[in-house]
Amino acid sequence: MRKITFAEATQEAMAETMAKDDTIFAMGEDLARQGGIFGQFKGLPQAFPGRIIDTPISETFIIGGGVGAALAGARPVVDMHFADFIGVPMDEVFNQMAKARYMFGGQAKVPLVLRAPDGMTIQGAAQHSQCVEAWFTHIPGVKVVAPSNPYDAKMVLKAAIECDDPVIYFENKILYKEKGELPEKGEEVPYTIGKARVEREGTDVTIVSYSIGMKNARGAADLLAKDGIKAEVIDLITLSPWDKETVLNSVKKTHRLCIVHEAVKQGGFGAEISATVAEQAMEYLDAPILRYGAPFCPIPFAPTLEKMVRVFPEDLVKGIKGMF
Amino acid sequence: MATKTATYTKEQAAQFYETMCTIRKFEETVKHDFLAGEIPGFVHLYIGEEAIATGVCAALRKDDMIESTHRGHGHCVAKGADVKRMMAEIYGKKEGLCQGRGGSMHIADFSVGMLGANGVVGGGYNLATGAALANKMILKNDKVSVVFFGDGASNRGTFHEAMNVASAWKLPVIFVNEMNCWASTTPYRTTCNVENISDRAAGYHVPGVIVDGQDVFAVYEAAKEAVARARAGEGPTFIEAKTYRIEGHFVGDPEMYRDHAETQKIYHDTDPLKMFRQKAAELELMTAAECDELDAKCEQKIKAAKEFALAGEYPDASEYLKYVYVD
Repeated sequence: MRKITFAEATQEAMAETMAKDDTIFAMGEDLARQGGIFGQFKGLPQAFPGRIIDTPISETFIIGGGVGAALAGARPVVDMHFADFIGVPMDEVFNQMAKARYMFGGQAKVPLVLRAPDGMTIQGAAQHSQCVEAWFTHIPGVKVVAPSNPYDAKMVLKAAIECDDPVIYFENKILYKEKGELPEKGEEVPYTIGKARVEREGTDVTIVSYSIGMKNARGAADLLAKDGIKAEVIDLITLSPWDKETVLNSVKKTHRLCIVHEAVKQGGFGAEISATVAEQAMEYLDAPILRYGAPFCPIPFAPTLEKMVRVFPEDLVKGIKGMF
Repeated sequence: MATKTATYTKEQAAQFYETMCTIRKFEETVKHDFLAGEIPGFVHLYIGEEAIATGVCAALRKDDMIESTHRGHGHCVAKGADVKRMMAEIYGKKEGLCQGRGGSMHIADFSVGMLGANGVVGGGYNLATGAALANKMILKNDKVSVVFFGDGASNRGTFHEAMNVASAWKLPVIFVNEMNCWASTTPYRTTCNVENISDRAAGYHVPGVIVDGQDVFAVYEAAKEAVARARAGEGPTFIEAKTYRIEGHFVGDPEMYRDHAETQKIYHDTDPLKMFRQKAAELELMTAAECDELDAKCEQKIKAAKEFALAGEYPDASEYLKYVYVD
């Protein structure tokens, strides 16, 4: 085992896939000279000259150009700087990238990865802090992933790059610097898109999350354990197509479900999980489903205000204790 | 207008005429069948603009790539798609190019480099420019891509982003503006303050060329030069082909916004097929009788295409999820 950061893990994924396949390239703002604004592309421009491309500030080109490159036979990785900026090239995402294969009757494939750094950092305020993953789980034709640790960061990104469908890869900005354990290079287990992982087994309540929300899930499980409540923690990893079976099986065992994400609660992905469990496993539930997410408010700037839109493990603990 | 004297073979001339005529007959049939209620969805016709797709695509190789528009049948025919499978697609049949998943607005034939019509106006620039980037910088081949777009589409922000990148990196992409004077129901001069859309090309350091879009020879010459520039690594060219949208925005458009008689007069005076016949006779490339023969041939070809479409079957309903994902 070795310890590397989430950002380094993504660099390994890029380097290993790019070394094997000359048609893979990356483009976006500030990638080649800067190595990405969060350092996540560091070293790659030197290792792969001409294949890490600095674009102008032209988001419709970054994504639309990526789709065109994919249609021409390349495998682009495009970077969105901040996930908040995906609003600019939304047509390129949901009318071009997502639809090309279907509407052309299978003639096209779009093996593109859209990397989207998301989430609150330190006072990024309303336009540089959002978690927008739920929007994209509503679009047939794209896959959505959001890993929570360095090992998954690497293996999920490799799977995304090797996938022949477009994949949106949400990478949390706080997680970039966090270290985690990985097996030695070459000994890692490949990830299959669409699979969730039961990270911690338990019998009393199921806590489902992904990306940075997993910090709350793990933190809450630790606190609950002190009080003798055994939480089962599920890391979804892929949000579309998501692993319903793993969640449903867990709920059937624990009879209680708590979902947490950093994104706004209303219309968040938790709503989809909650509705699915209500539809398919209602009779197994011993308590109403609990959902945690940000209140319906833009991300504020001042620290006192920003704190109000964050979720903490204690919030989950309080709610889960009320389920018994 | 750029006019050049060049020599053409009879075969080349016949090819120009046959392609234009195929498009014309195809569109006339689609119009008739749509109005008869046989074709579902909605369709946008290329009648009167045939010389542009024909002239541009004649300058391309089969493995070059084009991005088309919602008015895309002409581009598809000119790039070499099978008209039977085109018609079947417009009828929504499984024998169609897109197996009934796309219809008129998403018609595509990747086997001939036709990367798709696009239901979003101005959606093609970035796709064509991205394809050019991949071909030049990553896949290292000499393929050229073309994006067709109307005057209405030239007001999209995507135009700016794609033109800027294409010029900055000298990408092998050609911007072909079909200046047909109408953005849906709006005359272009009421929403834009340049007489020639190609004037904008200078702002990107891209050569802007104006051609008579009704003259297939003029379009071909401009395209040939642009293709040569692109393949030589000299970057993009902007071609503005002056034309006129003869049909309504879509079939069934009541056209409350313009005078029908005026449109018909323009059609009468500038019909590209008529212009071809005149020029071909002057240059002694084709006689009227030879053109008539091709008219009859194209008519038969489109008749057969329609029969093929009618004989086809709708896709099996159980397969509606096929092609959402590769895996």
